[in-house]
Amino acid sequence: MSSIISISGVTKTYATGFKALKEINLDIERGEIFALLGPNGAGKTTLISIVCGIVNRSSGTVTVDGHDIGKDYRAARSLIGLVPQELTIDAFETVWATVNYSRGLFGKAPNKDFAEKVLRDLSLWDKKDAKAITLSGGMKRRLMIAKALSHEPRVLFLDEPTAGVDVELRQDMWAMVRRLREDGVTIILTTHYIEEAEAMADRVGVINRGEIILVEGKAELMRKLGRKQMTLELRAPLTALPDGLSRYALELSSDGGQLTYTYDNQSDRPGVASLIRDLEAAGIQFRDLDTKNSSLEEIFVNLLRQEP
Amino acid sequence: MNPRAAMNLRAVWAIYRVEMARAFRTVLQSIISPVISTSLYFVVFGSAIGSRINEIDGISYGAFIVPGLMMLSLLTQSISNASFAIYFPKFVGSIYELLSAPVSYLEIIIAYVGGAATKSIILGLIILGTAALFVPLRIEHPFWMVAFLVLTAVTFSLFGFIIGIWAKTFEQLQLVPLLIVTPLTFLGGSFYSIHMLPGIWKTITLFNPVVYLISGFRWSFYGKADVSVGVSLGMTLVFLAVCIAIVAWIFRTGYRLRN
Repeated sequence: MSSIISISGVTKTYATGFKALKEINLDIERGEIFALLGPNGAGKTTLISIVCGIVNRSSGTVTVDGHDIGKDYRAARSLIGLVPQELTIDAFETVWATVNYSRGLFGKAPNKDFAEKVLRDLSLWDKKDAKAITLSGGMKRRLMIAKALSHEPRVLFLDEPTAGVDVELRQDMWAMVRRLREDGVTIILTTHYIEEAEAMADRVGVINRGEIILVEGKAELMRKLGRKQMTLELRAPLTALPDGLSRYALELSSDGGQLTYTYDNQSDRPGVASLIRDLEAAGIQFRDLDTKNSSLEEIFVNLLRQEP
Repeated sequence: MNPRAAMNLRAVWAIYRVEMARAFRTVLQSIISPVISTSLYFVVFGSAIGSRINEIDGISYGAFIVPGLMMLSLLTQSISNASFAIYFPKFVGSIYELLSAPVSYLEIIIAYVGGAATKSIILGLIILGTAALFVPLRIEHPFWMVAFLVLTAVTFSLFGFIIGIWAKTFEQLQLVPLLIVTPLTFLGGSFYSIHMLPGIWKTITLFNPVVYLISGFRWSFYGKADVSVGVSLGMTLVFLAVCIAIVAWIFRTGYRLRN
Protein backbone atom coordinates (compact mmCIF):
# COMPACT_ATOMS: atom_id res chain seq x y z
CA MET A 1 0.00 0.00 0.00
CA SER A 2 1.63 3.20 -1.08
CA SER A 3 -0.93 5.79 -0.07
CA ILE A 4 -0.82 6.88 3.57
CA ILE A 5 -4.01 8.90 3.47
CA SER A 6 -6.98 7.83 1.45
CA ILE A 7 -9.96 10.15 1.14
CA SER A 8 -12.96 8.88 -0.72
CA GLY A 9 -16.32 10.44 -1.36
CA VAL A 10 -15.91 12.99 1.40
CA THR A 11 -18.48 15.77 1.47
CA LYS A 12 -19.16 18.49 3.98
CA THR A 13 -22.28 20.59 4.28
CA TYR A 14 -22.30 22.99 7.21
CA ALA A 15 -25.40 23.54 9.32
CA THR A 16 -25.92 26.82 7.48
CA GLY A 17 -26.42 24.79 4.29
CA PHE A 18 -23.07 25.88 2.88
CA LYS A 19 -21.56 23.07 0.86
CA ALA A 20 -17.88 23.38 1.70
CA LEU A 21 -16.79 20.13 0.05
CA LYS A 22 -18.64 18.56 -2.87
CA GLU A 23 -17.07 15.15 -3.25
CA ILE A 24 -13.43 14.74 -2.52
CA ASN A 25 -11.41 11.74 -3.62
CA LEU A 26 -7.73 12.03 -2.92
CA ASP A 27 -4.82 9.78 -2.08
CA ILE A 28 -1.68 11.04 -0.45
CA GLU A 29 1.38 8.92 -1.08
CA ARG A 30 3.67 7.81 1.67
CA GLY A 31 6.62 10.12 2.17
CA GLU A 32 5.65 12.78 -0.33
CA ILE A 33 5.22 16.50 0.02
CA PHE A 34 1.77 17.30 -1.25
CA ALA A 35 0.66 20.86 -1.80
CA LEU A 36 -3.02 21.63 -1.73
CA LEU A 37 -3.56 24.82 -3.61
CA GLY A 38 -6.67 26.89 -3.78
CA PRO A 39 -8.03 30.35 -3.30
CA ASN A 40 -9.46 31.48 0.03
CA GLY A 41 -12.65 29.64 0.89
CA ALA A 42 -11.98 26.80 -1.54
CA GLY A 43 -12.27 24.15 1.18
CA LYS A 44 -8.61 23.52 2.01
CA THR A 45 -8.94 23.99 5.74
CA THR A 46 -12.24 22.11 5.90
CA LEU A 47 -10.65 19.12 4.20
CA ILE A 48 -7.67 19.13 6.56
CA SER A 49 -9.93 19.59 9.57
CA ILE A 50 -11.93 16.54 8.57
CA VAL A 51 -8.86 14.34 8.21
CA CYS A 52 -7.54 15.54 11.57
CA GLY A 53 -10.85 15.01 13.39
CA ILE A 54 -11.71 18.63 14.09
CA VAL A 55 -14.74 18.79 11.83
CA ASN A 56 -17.24 15.98 11.27
CA ARG A 57 -17.67 14.98 7.66
CA SER A 58 -21.13 14.75 6.15
CA SER A 59 -20.31 11.60 4.21
CA GLY A 60 -17.44 9.57 2.83
CA THR A 61 -14.50 7.74 4.38
CA VAL A 62 -10.97 8.68 5.27
CA THR A 63 -8.22 6.29 6.30
CA VAL A 64 -4.81 7.15 7.66
CA ASP A 65 -2.31 4.34 7.21
CA GLY A 66 -5.28 2.00 6.89
CA HIS A 67 -7.01 3.24 10.05
CA ASP A 68 -10.50 4.65 9.60
CA ILE A 69 -10.68 8.12 11.14
CA GLY A 70 -14.06 7.32 12.65
CA LYS A 71 -13.95 3.75 13.86
CA ASP A 72 -10.27 3.72 14.63
CA TYR A 73 -9.71 7.37 15.46
CA ARG A 74 -7.06 6.77 18.09
CA ALA A 75 -4.71 4.98 15.73
CA ALA A 76 -5.45 7.41 12.91
CA ARG A 77 -5.02 10.60 14.90
CA SER A 78 -1.91 9.50 16.74
CA LEU A 79 -0.11 9.42 13.38
CA ILE A 80 -0.98 13.00 12.53
CA GLY A 81 0.54 16.30 13.53
CA LEU A 82 -1.36 19.46 12.66
CA VAL A 83 -0.13 23.02 12.44
CA PRO A 84 -3.20 25.17 11.93
CA GLN A 85 -3.28 28.46 10.17
CA GLU A 86 -4.14 30.63 13.16
CA LEU A 87 -1.68 31.17 15.98
CA THR A 88 -3.67 29.59 18.77
CA ILE A 89 -1.68 28.78 21.88
CA ASP A 90 -2.53 29.00 25.54
CA ALA A 91 -0.75 32.30 26.09
CA PHE A 92 0.07 31.70 29.74
CA GLU A 93 1.83 28.39 29.34
CA THR A 94 5.59 28.16 28.95
CA VAL A 95 7.09 26.82 25.72
CA TRP A 96 8.39 23.76 27.54
CA ALA A 97 5.08 23.00 29.25
CA THR A 98 2.99 23.39 26.14
CA VAL A 99 5.22 21.14 24.03
CA ASN A 100 5.16 18.42 26.67
CA TYR A 101 1.41 18.84 27.05
CA SER A 102 0.98 18.15 23.34
CA ARG A 103 3.04 15.00 23.60
CA GLY A 104 0.99 13.78 26.54
CA LEU A 105 -2.25 14.56 24.76
CA PHE A 106 -1.20 12.21 21.99
CA GLY A 107 -0.52 9.46 24.51
CA LYS A 108 3.24 9.40 24.23
CA ALA A 109 5.46 8.85 27.26
CA PRO A 110 7.44 11.96 28.24
CA ASN A 111 10.76 12.22 26.43
CA LYS A 112 12.81 15.21 27.48
CA ASP A 113 15.61 14.56 24.99
CA PHE A 114 13.21 14.48 22.09
CA ALA A 115 11.39 17.61 23.23
CA GLU A 116 14.75 19.36 23.54
CA LYS A 117 15.72 18.27 20.04
CA VAL A 118 12.47 19.58 18.58
CA LEU A 119 12.91 22.93 20.30
CA ARG A 120 16.55 23.18 19.26
CA ASP A 121 15.70 22.35 15.65
CA LEU A 122 13.21 25.19 15.65
CA SER A 123 15.56 27.61 17.45
CA LEU A 124 13.25 27.79 20.45
CA TRP A 125 15.46 26.14 23.04
CA ASP A 126 16.59 29.35 24.70
CA LYS A 127 12.92 30.34 24.98
CA LYS A 128 11.82 27.14 26.67
CA ASP A 129 10.89 28.85 29.94
CA ALA A 130 9.24 31.84 28.29
CA LYS A 131 5.48 32.15 28.29
CA ALA A 132 3.88 31.87 24.88
CA ILE A 133 2.44 35.35 25.20
CA THR A 134 5.94 36.87 25.21
CA LEU A 135 6.98 35.28 21.91
CA SER A 136 7.11 37.07 18.58
CA GLY A 137 4.77 36.00 15.79
CA GLY A 138 7.47 33.97 14.06
CA MET A 139 8.38 32.21 17.29
CA LYS A 140 4.72 31.43 18.00
CA ARG A 141 4.48 29.89 14.56
CA ARG A 142 7.54 27.76 15.29
CA LEU A 143 6.07 26.80 18.66
CA MET A 144 2.94 25.56 16.91
CA ILE A 145 5.17 23.42 14.71
CA ALA A 146 7.07 22.17 17.76
CA LYS A 147 3.77 21.14 19.36
CA ALA A 148 2.75 19.27 16.23
CA LEU A 149 6.12 17.48 16.03
CA SER A 150 6.29 16.73 19.76
CA HIS A 151 4.53 13.40 19.39
CA GLU A 152 6.59 12.21 16.42
CA PRO A 153 3.85 12.17 13.79
CA ARG A 154 4.20 10.26 10.52
CA VAL A 155 2.01 12.73 8.69
CA LEU A 156 2.31 16.47 9.12
CA PHE A 157 -0.35 18.92 8.03
CA LEU A 158 0.77 22.49 7.56
CA ASP A 159 -2.16 24.80 6.96
CA GLU A 160 -0.85 27.98 5.35
CA PRO A 161 2.50 27.58 7.10
CA THR A 162 4.10 30.73 5.82
CA ALA A 163 1.19 33.15 5.86
CA GLY A 164 2.56 36.35 7.33
CA VAL A 165 6.02 34.89 7.85
CA ASP A 166 9.20 36.74 6.94
CA VAL A 167 11.57 35.52 4.25
CA GLU A 168 14.18 34.11 6.57
CA LEU A 169 11.72 32.07 8.59
CA ARG A 170 10.12 30.87 5.39
CA GLN A 171 13.46 29.54 4.18
CA ASP A 172 14.04 27.85 7.56
CA MET A 173 10.64 26.29 7.38
CA TRP A 174 11.18 24.91 3.94
CA ALA A 175 14.49 23.44 5.06
CA MET A 176 12.76 21.86 8.04
CA VAL A 177 10.05 20.36 5.84
CA ARG A 178 12.69 18.81 3.60
CA ARG A 179 14.49 17.34 6.62
CA LEU A 180 11.25 15.83 7.85
CA ARG A 181 10.62 14.31 4.47
CA GLU A 182 14.05 12.72 4.59
CA ASP A 183 12.98 11.10 7.86
CA GLY A 184 10.01 9.62 6.03
CA VAL A 185 7.34 12.01 7.25
CA THR A 186 4.55 12.68 4.77
CA ILE A 187 3.78 16.37 4.50
CA ILE A 188 0.61 17.99 3.30
CA LEU A 189 0.63 21.73 3.07
CA THR A 190 -2.03 24.10 1.99
CA THR A 191 -1.12 27.40 0.56
CA HIS A 192 -2.19 30.07 -1.78
CA TYR A 193 1.42 31.08 -2.30
CA ILE A 194 2.24 29.23 -5.44
CA GLU A 195 5.94 29.71 -4.96
CA GLU A 196 5.71 27.60 -1.86
CA ALA A 197 4.25 24.69 -3.75
CA GLU A 198 6.68 25.25 -6.56
CA ALA A 199 9.66 25.22 -4.22
CA MET A 200 8.68 22.23 -2.14
CA ALA A 201 5.96 19.98 -3.43
CA ASP A 202 6.29 16.66 -5.16
CA ARG A 203 2.68 16.73 -6.18
CA VAL A 204 0.12 19.46 -6.37
CA GLY A 205 -3.63 19.28 -5.92
CA VAL A 206 -5.82 22.18 -6.84
CA ILE A 207 -9.07 22.68 -4.98
CA ASN A 208 -11.68 25.22 -5.93
CA ARG A 209 -15.22 25.68 -4.66
CA GLY A 210 -15.09 22.43 -2.72
CA GLU A 211 -13.86 20.28 -5.58
CA ILE A 212 -10.46 18.86 -6.40
CA ILE A 213 -10.05 19.98 -9.97
CA LEU A 214 -6.62 18.55 -10.54
CA VAL A 215 -3.93 16.37 -8.95
CA GLU A 216 -0.65 16.12 -10.73
CA GLY A 217 3.07 15.73 -10.18
CA LYS A 218 4.53 19.20 -10.04
CA ALA A 219 6.89 18.58 -12.95
CA GLU A 220 4.14 17.10 -15.13
CA LEU A 221 1.84 19.95 -14.22
CA MET A 222 4.43 22.47 -15.27
CA ARG A 223 5.08 20.56 -18.45
CA LYS A 224 1.46 19.98 -19.36
CA LEU A 225 -0.04 23.26 -18.47
CA GLY A 226 3.04 25.38 -18.52
CA ARG A 227 3.28 28.03 -21.18
CA LYS A 228 6.38 29.49 -22.59
CA GLN A 229 6.79 33.07 -23.45
CA MET A 230 9.27 34.61 -25.80
CA THR A 231 9.86 38.33 -25.71
CA LEU A 232 11.67 40.13 -28.50
CA GLU A 233 13.24 43.55 -28.12
CA LEU A 234 12.89 45.17 -31.55
CA ARG A 235 15.53 47.35 -33.14
CA ALA A 236 12.94 49.70 -34.54
CA PRO A 237 9.45 50.18 -33.08
CA LEU A 238 6.53 48.87 -35.09
CA THR A 239 3.23 50.64 -35.44
CA ALA A 240 1.37 47.54 -36.59
CA LEU A 241 2.08 43.87 -37.16
CA PRO A 242 2.60 42.75 -40.72
CA ASP A 243 -0.21 40.50 -42.03
CA GLY A 244 2.18 37.63 -42.60
CA LEU A 245 2.60 37.21 -38.84
CA SER A 246 -1.08 37.13 -37.84
CA ARG A 247 -1.13 33.36 -37.31
CA TYR A 248 1.21 33.74 -34.34
CA ALA A 249 -1.17 35.96 -32.34
CA LEU A 250 1.69 38.16 -31.25
CA GLU A 251 1.31 40.92 -28.73
CA LEU A 252 2.87 44.24 -29.49
CA SER A 253 3.76 46.51 -26.59
CA SER A 254 2.19 49.97 -26.55
CA ASP A 255 5.42 51.70 -27.53
CA GLY A 256 5.85 49.21 -30.35
CA GLY A 257 9.31 48.19 -29.12
CA GLN A 258 8.47 44.72 -27.81
CA LEU A 259 6.89 41.64 -29.28
CA THR A 260 5.61 38.85 -27.03
CA TYR A 261 4.85 35.36 -28.25
CA THR A 262 3.09 32.92 -25.93
CA TYR A 263 3.06 29.23 -26.79
CA ASP A 264 2.25 25.94 -25.05
CA ASN A 265 4.75 23.14 -24.89
CA GLN A 266 2.28 20.82 -26.53
CA SER A 267 0.30 23.24 -28.57
CA ASP A 268 -0.28 23.01 -32.26
CA ARG A 269 0.89 26.54 -32.66
CA PRO A 270 3.91 26.95 -34.87
CA GLY A 271 7.24 26.86 -33.13
CA VAL A 272 9.72 29.54 -32.30
CA ALA A 273 12.01 28.69 -35.19
CA SER A 274 9.38 29.39 -37.79
CA LEU A 275 8.44 32.66 -36.10
CA ILE A 276 12.03 33.83 -36.28
CA ARG A 277 12.23 32.85 -39.93
CA ASP A 278 9.02 34.74 -40.67
CA LEU A 279 10.21 37.79 -38.74
CA GLU A 280 13.33 37.83 -40.84
CA ALA A 281 11.29 37.52 -44.02
CA ALA A 282 9.14 40.47 -42.93
CA GLY A 283 12.28 42.51 -42.34
CA ILE A 284 11.78 42.86 -38.60
CA GLN A 285 15.05 42.84 -36.68
CA PHE A 286 15.47 42.34 -32.97
CA ARG A 287 18.18 43.30 -30.52
CA ASP A 288 17.49 40.72 -27.84
CA LEU A 289 15.32 37.73 -27.07
CA ASP A 290 14.13 36.27 -23.80
CA THR A 291 12.14 33.10 -23.04
CA LYS A 292 10.60 31.96 -19.78
CA ASN A 293 8.43 29.17 -18.40
CA SER A 294 5.23 30.26 -16.77
CA SER A 295 5.15 29.76 -13.03
CA LEU A 296 2.69 27.59 -11.14
CA GLU A 297 0.94 30.79 -10.24
CA GLU A 298 0.08 31.54 -13.82
CA ILE A 299 -0.94 27.92 -14.38
CA PHE A 300 -3.13 28.13 -11.35
CA VAL A 301 -4.81 31.36 -12.38
CA ASN A 302 -5.49 29.88 -15.81
CA LEU A 303 -6.98 26.75 -14.30
CA LEU A 304 -9.35 28.72 -12.15
CA ARG A 305 -10.36 30.86 -15.11
CA GLN A 306 -11.35 27.78 -17.08
CA GLU A 307 -13.72 26.78 -14.30
CA PRO A 308 -17.32 27.55 -15.20
CA MET B 1 -3.59 -4.59 22.10
CA ASN B 2 -6.69 -3.11 20.64
CA PRO B 3 -6.02 0.63 20.52
CA ARG B 4 -9.73 1.33 20.87
CA ALA B 5 -9.96 -0.47 24.17
CA ALA B 6 -7.00 1.23 25.80
CA MET B 7 -7.55 4.52 27.57
CA ASN B 8 -5.23 7.38 26.76
CA LEU B 9 -4.42 8.02 30.40
CA ARG B 10 -1.42 10.16 29.50
CA ALA B 11 -3.76 12.62 27.83
CA VAL B 12 -6.06 12.69 30.84
CA TRP B 13 -3.08 13.39 33.05
CA ALA B 14 -1.73 16.08 30.67
CA ILE B 15 -5.03 17.99 30.63
CA TYR B 16 -5.59 17.56 34.35
CA ARG B 17 -2.13 18.88 35.12
CA VAL B 18 -2.61 21.95 32.94
CA GLU B 19 -5.92 22.67 34.66
CA MET B 20 -4.40 22.37 38.11
CA ALA B 21 -1.43 24.49 37.05
CA ARG B 22 -3.84 27.22 36.00
CA ALA B 23 -5.36 27.25 39.48
CA PHE B 24 -1.96 27.73 41.06
CA ARG B 25 -1.03 30.38 38.53
CA THR B 26 -4.15 32.33 39.39
CA VAL B 27 -4.00 31.55 43.06
CA LEU B 28 -5.29 34.98 43.99
CA GLN B 29 -8.44 34.58 41.97
CA SER B 30 -9.10 30.92 42.55
CA ILE B 31 -8.18 30.47 46.23
CA ILE B 32 -7.65 33.70 48.09
CA SER B 33 -10.67 35.60 46.86
CA PRO B 34 -13.20 32.93 47.92
CA VAL B 35 -11.51 32.77 51.33
CA ILE B 36 -11.86 36.53 51.71
CA SER B 37 -15.47 36.54 50.65
CA THR B 38 -16.26 33.67 53.04
CA SER B 39 -14.64 35.57 55.87
CA LEU B 40 -16.77 38.58 54.96
CA TYR B 41 -19.92 36.45 55.15
CA PHE B 42 -18.90 35.37 58.62
CA VAL B 43 -18.22 38.89 59.77
CA VAL B 44 -21.51 40.19 58.38
CA PHE B 45 -23.93 37.27 58.82
CA GLY B 46 -22.16 35.33 61.51
CA SER B 47 -21.13 38.07 63.90
CA ALA B 48 -22.93 41.30 63.09
CA ILE B 49 -26.36 39.99 62.17
CA GLY B 50 -26.04 36.43 63.40
CA SER B 51 -25.53 37.48 66.99
CA ARG B 52 -29.10 38.81 66.97
CA ILE B 53 -30.55 35.63 65.44
CA ASN B 54 -31.65 32.77 67.62
CA GLU B 55 -30.25 29.32 67.24
CA ILE B 56 -31.74 27.31 64.39
CA ASP B 57 -32.47 23.66 65.14
CA GLY B 58 -30.26 24.06 68.19
CA ILE B 59 -27.29 25.23 66.16
CA SER B 60 -25.77 28.68 66.51
CA TYR B 61 -26.46 30.81 63.45
CA GLY B 62 -22.77 31.19 62.59
CA ALA B 63 -22.29 27.42 62.51
CA PHE B 64 -25.64 26.91 60.76
CA ILE B 65 -24.56 28.85 57.66
CA VAL B 66 -21.23 27.01 57.18
CA PRO B 67 -22.56 24.13 55.02
CA GLY B 68 -24.59 26.61 52.95
CA LEU B 69 -21.57 28.83 52.42
CA MET B 70 -19.47 25.86 51.36
CA MET B 71 -22.19 24.82 48.92
CA LEU B 72 -22.44 28.37 47.59
CA SER B 73 -18.74 28.38 46.73
CA LEU B 74 -18.76 24.78 45.58
CA LEU B 75 -21.55 25.40 43.09
CA THR B 76 -20.29 28.68 41.69
CA GLN B 77 -16.64 27.65 41.58
CA SER B 78 -17.32 24.23 40.04
CA ILE B 79 -19.35 25.87 37.32
CA SER B 80 -16.92 28.69 36.65
CA ASN B 81 -13.84 26.44 36.73
CA ALA B 82 -15.22 23.89 34.34
CA SER B 83 -17.00 26.29 32.02
CA PHE B 84 -13.94 28.50 31.69
CA ALA B 85 -11.60 25.53 31.21
CA ILE B 86 -13.42 24.37 28.09
CA TYR B 87 -14.63 27.77 26.88
CA PHE B 88 -11.19 29.38 26.87
CA PRO B 89 -9.57 26.99 24.34
CA LYS B 90 -12.71 27.33 22.24
CA PHE B 91 -12.37 31.09 22.41
CA VAL B 92 -8.67 31.31 21.50
CA GLY B 93 -8.90 28.38 19.07
CA SER B 94 -6.40 26.12 20.80
CA ILE B 95 -9.16 23.51 21.10
CA TYR B 96 -8.04 22.24 17.68
CA GLU B 97 -5.34 20.30 19.44
CA LEU B 98 -7.72 18.54 21.80
CA LEU B 99 -10.05 17.64 18.94
CA SER B 100 -7.24 16.33 16.76
CA ALA B 101 -5.70 14.26 19.55
CA PRO B 102 -6.37 10.55 20.03
CA VAL B 103 -8.55 11.30 23.03
CA SER B 104 -12.02 9.93 23.70
CA TYR B 105 -14.88 12.06 24.97
CA LEU B 106 -14.84 10.13 28.21
CA GLU B 107 -11.19 11.05 28.71
CA ILE B 108 -11.88 14.71 27.96
CA ILE B 109 -14.67 14.70 30.54
CA ILE B 110 -12.63 12.91 33.19
CA ALA B 111 -9.76 15.34 32.74
CA TYR B 112 -11.69 18.61 32.64
CA VAL B 113 -14.41 17.74 35.13
CA GLY B 114 -11.86 16.03 37.36
CA GLY B 115 -9.68 19.14 37.31
CA ALA B 116 -12.56 21.51 38.03
CA ALA B 117 -14.01 19.28 40.75
CA THR B 118 -10.62 18.86 42.43
CA LYS B 119 -10.19 22.61 42.57
CA SER B 120 -13.60 23.25 44.08
CA ILE B 121 -13.21 20.44 46.60
CA ILE B 122 -9.89 21.94 47.72
CA LEU B 123 -11.65 25.27 47.91
CA GLY B 124 -14.52 23.82 49.94
CA LEU B 125 -12.05 22.39 52.42
CA ILE B 126 -10.24 25.72 52.66
CA ILE B 127 -13.55 27.42 53.42
CA LEU B 128 -14.27 24.78 56.02
CA GLY B 129 -10.89 25.50 57.58
CA THR B 130 -11.54 29.24 57.49
CA ALA B 131 -14.98 28.74 59.06
CA ALA B 132 -13.47 26.69 61.85
CA LEU B 133 -11.55 29.81 62.89
CA PHE B 134 -14.81 31.71 63.41
CA VAL B 135 -17.33 29.21 64.77
CA PRO B 136 -17.30 25.87 66.57
CA LEU B 137 -17.97 23.12 64.02
CA ARG B 138 -18.91 19.49 64.27
CA ILE B 139 -19.30 16.93 61.51
CA GLU B 140 -21.58 14.09 62.53
CA HIS B 141 -21.41 12.11 59.32
CA PRO B 142 -17.95 12.65 57.82
CA PHE B 143 -18.43 9.99 55.15
CA TRP B 144 -21.61 11.62 53.89
CA MET B 145 -20.08 15.06 54.18
CA VAL B 146 -17.29 13.99 51.81
CA ALA B 147 -19.76 12.13 49.61
CA PHE B 148 -21.98 15.22 49.19
CA LEU B 149 -18.92 17.39 48.68
CA VAL B 150 -17.52 15.21 45.90
CA LEU B 151 -20.88 14.48 44.32
CA THR B 152 -21.83 18.15 44.19
CA ALA B 153 -18.42 19.22 42.88
CA VAL B 154 -18.54 16.62 40.10
CA THR B 155 -22.16 17.31 39.19
CA PHE B 156 -21.73 21.07 38.95
CA SER B 157 -18.40 20.77 37.17
CA LEU B 158 -20.25 18.71 34.57
CA PHE B 159 -22.93 21.38 34.48
CA GLY B 160 -20.23 24.04 34.03
CA PHE B 161 -18.64 21.99 31.25
CA ILE B 162 -21.99 21.98 29.44
CA ILE B 163 -22.29 25.75 29.83
CA GLY B 164 -18.73 26.20 28.56
CA ILE B 165 -19.52 24.23 25.43
CA TRP B 166 -22.85 25.93 24.90
CA ALA B 167 -21.57 29.49 25.43
CA LYS B 168 -20.57 31.45 22.37
CA THR B 169 -19.60 34.62 24.22
CA PHE B 170 -18.14 35.54 27.58
CA GLU B 171 -21.48 37.08 28.42
CA GLN B 172 -23.29 33.80 27.93
CA LEU B 173 -20.62 32.14 30.02
CA GLN B 174 -21.56 34.36 32.96
CA LEU B 175 -25.27 34.31 32.30
CA VAL B 176 -26.31 30.99 33.80
CA PRO B 177 -24.20 31.23 36.96
CA LEU B 178 -25.26 34.81 37.56
CA LEU B 179 -28.95 34.67 36.71
CA ILE B 180 -29.82 31.16 37.77
CA VAL B 181 -27.31 29.49 40.05
CA THR B 182 -26.52 32.36 42.41
CA PRO B 183 -30.20 33.23 43.09
CA LEU B 184 -31.10 29.57 43.52
CA THR B 185 -28.28 29.16 46.01
CA PHE B 186 -29.22 32.21 48.02
CA LEU B 187 -32.87 31.16 47.99
CA GLY B 188 -31.95 27.54 48.66
CA GLY B 189 -31.53 27.86 52.40
CA SER B 190 -27.86 28.82 52.63
CA PHE B 191 -28.66 31.41 55.28
CA TYR B 192 -31.92 30.12 56.73
CA SER B 193 -33.92 26.99 57.32
CA ILE B 194 -36.78 26.70 54.87
CA HIS B 195 -39.02 25.98 57.86
CA MET B 196 -38.68 29.66 58.67
CA LEU B 197 -40.56 30.56 55.47
CA PRO B 198 -44.33 31.15 55.31
CA GLY B 199 -46.36 28.23 53.90
CA ILE B 200 -46.61 29.04 50.21
CA TRP B 201 -42.95 30.04 49.91
CA LYS B 202 -41.91 26.87 51.59
CA THR B 203 -43.72 24.88 48.89
CA ILE B 204 -42.23 26.98 46.08
CA THR B 205 -38.76 26.53 47.57
CA LEU B 206 -39.09 22.78 47.25
CA PHE B 207 -38.82 23.21 43.49
CA ASN B 208 -35.35 24.67 43.95
CA PRO B 209 -32.86 21.82 43.48
CA VAL B 210 -30.22 23.61 45.51
CA VAL B 211 -32.40 23.22 48.62
CA TYR B 212 -31.75 19.49 48.54
CA LEU B 213 -28.01 19.87 48.17
CA ILE B 214 -27.72 22.29 51.06
CA SER B 215 -30.11 20.35 53.25
CA GLY B 216 -28.29 17.08 52.74
CA PHE B 217 -24.94 18.70 53.25
CA ARG B 218 -26.08 20.39 56.45
CA TRP B 219 -27.42 17.09 57.71
CA SER B 220 -23.94 15.57 57.33
CA PHE B 221 -22.67 18.27 59.68
CA TYR B 222 -25.35 18.57 62.32
CA GLY B 223 -27.72 15.68 61.75
CA LYS B 224 -30.58 18.13 61.07
CA ALA B 225 -32.17 18.60 57.67
CA ASP B 226 -35.00 20.51 56.01
CA VAL B 227 -35.88 17.56 53.81
CA SER B 228 -35.02 13.91 54.23
CA VAL B 229 -31.46 12.91 53.38
CA GLY B 230 -32.58 10.18 51.03
CA VAL B 231 -34.46 12.76 48.97
CA SER B 232 -31.41 15.05 49.00
CA LEU B 233 -29.16 12.29 47.75
CA GLY B 234 -31.74 11.22 45.19
CA MET B 235 -32.11 14.76 43.81
CA THR B 236 -28.35 15.18 43.56
CA LEU B 237 -28.05 11.92 41.66
CA VAL B 238 -30.91 12.91 39.36
CA PHE B 239 -29.16 16.16 38.49
CA LEU B 240 -25.92 14.27 37.93
CA ALA B 241 -27.74 11.87 35.61
CA VAL B 242 -29.29 14.77 33.67
CA CYS B 243 -25.86 16.37 33.21
CA ILE B 244 -24.34 13.07 32.07
CA ALA B 245 -27.17 12.63 29.58
CA ILE B 246 -26.65 16.13 28.15
CA VAL B 247 -22.89 15.62 27.89
CA ALA B 248 -23.42 12.29 26.16
CA TRP B 249 -25.71 14.00 23.67
CA ILE B 250 -23.20 16.82 23.08
CA PHE B 251 -20.47 14.33 22.33
CA ARG B 252 -22.63 12.14 20.13
CA THR B 253 -23.64 15.06 17.96
CA GLY B 254 -20.43 17.09 18.15
CA TYR B 255 -22.62 20.01 19.28
CA ARG B 256 -20.63 23.26 19.10
CA LEU B 257 -17.39 21.30 19.10
CA ARG B 258 -16.98 19.56 15.76
CA ASN B 259 -19.60 21.63 13.89
